[in-house]
Amino acid sequence: MNPWVDAALVLLLVLTAGGALLTRNLIGAVFILSCYSFVLALNWAWLGAVDVAFTEAVVGAGLSTVFFLMALFLTSPEEARSPHHRGHWLALGGLLALALLLVRAVKDLPRMGDPASAPNAYLSPVYLQRSLEDTLTPNVVTSIVMDYRGFDTLIETTVIFTAGIACALLLRREH
Amino acid sequence: MIQPYDSLIAQTLCRVLIPWLQLYGLYVLVHGHVSPGGGFVGGVVIGGTLLLSLLVYGNGPVSRMITRFATYGEGMGLLLFAALGTLSLLWAGEFLNYGSVSVPGWEGPVRRWTGILLTMVGVFVDVAVVAVAIFYSLSPDNVEQGHD
Repeated sequence: MNPWVDAALVLLLVLTAGGALLTRNLIGAVFILSCYSFVLALNWAWLGAVDVAFTEAVVGAGLSTVFFLMALFLTSPEEARSPHHRGHWLALGGLLALALLLVRAVKDLPRMGDPASAPNAYLSPVYLQRSLEDTLTPNVVTSIVMDYRGFDTLIETTVIFTAGIACALLLRREH
Repeated sequence: MIQPYDSLIAQTLCRVLIPWLQLYGLYVLVHGHVSPGGGFVGGVVIGGTLLLSLLVYGNGPVSRMITRFATYGEGMGLLLFAALGTLSLLWAGEFLNYGSVSVPGWEGPVRRWTGILLTMVGVFVDVAVVAVAIFYSLSPDNVEQGHD
């Protein structure tokens, strides 16, 4: 773990997120957001979560970009800002307070890779030791997601199905 | 009507690229046991190639078949997943405990391996179909333009 790579990846993440927020041209913002997803995928891969990185790269940088562009072609590619700016300071203060709370909470998290932390002490070893003999699956992520915790994945699949149905109900013209 | 994108470069490139991308999507699906990926990522890759072909070639007969499948086939992957979970109830196992489904000649781990593969296929179909369905819902001819 090279701290300079960590810093560079996080800096890129903040830069692309800020760029996507500040750009007035929404098509440009969508493409910067796609870059953001790709940098996020690099972050995940650097932290060792390759499955999450793969999903983030494919969904965040690929599919959602197409959906955002389609939505923009139906509306307008220019951002319309509302003239009422009164609530802004309140929102900024609230976000800062939330950020402080989150930074405070990070102190209580176990260090990454700490062998004495609760999940690493008794949960992960069981999966790592038994995945191959239980399910013949060397990729432990797949065996956890699809077998040990299949119910979670079933509900996630239901969520995706619901998204498709909701889009169809809201947007499709009756034939 | 989704218009074809009138560019020789894009059309030729997609004709070469799309089969390889779809092969890659299937590879990601069936290699989910040993490498990163699995049903979700494979489904998104296949859904993406279908969207690419719809964007570049427009609403041809094959594309119309794809969109019709996306309209009426939504939920098939979810059904496959849930049906597999229910199947293990028949052998007095817990819901989604594929190891309890007794197949003669198959050890418990092999059953669970097969269960993982089939549920991944379920997620794969669900994600690919929903990707095309959302795209189709967002395409201009399907969106209500005011009340007339």
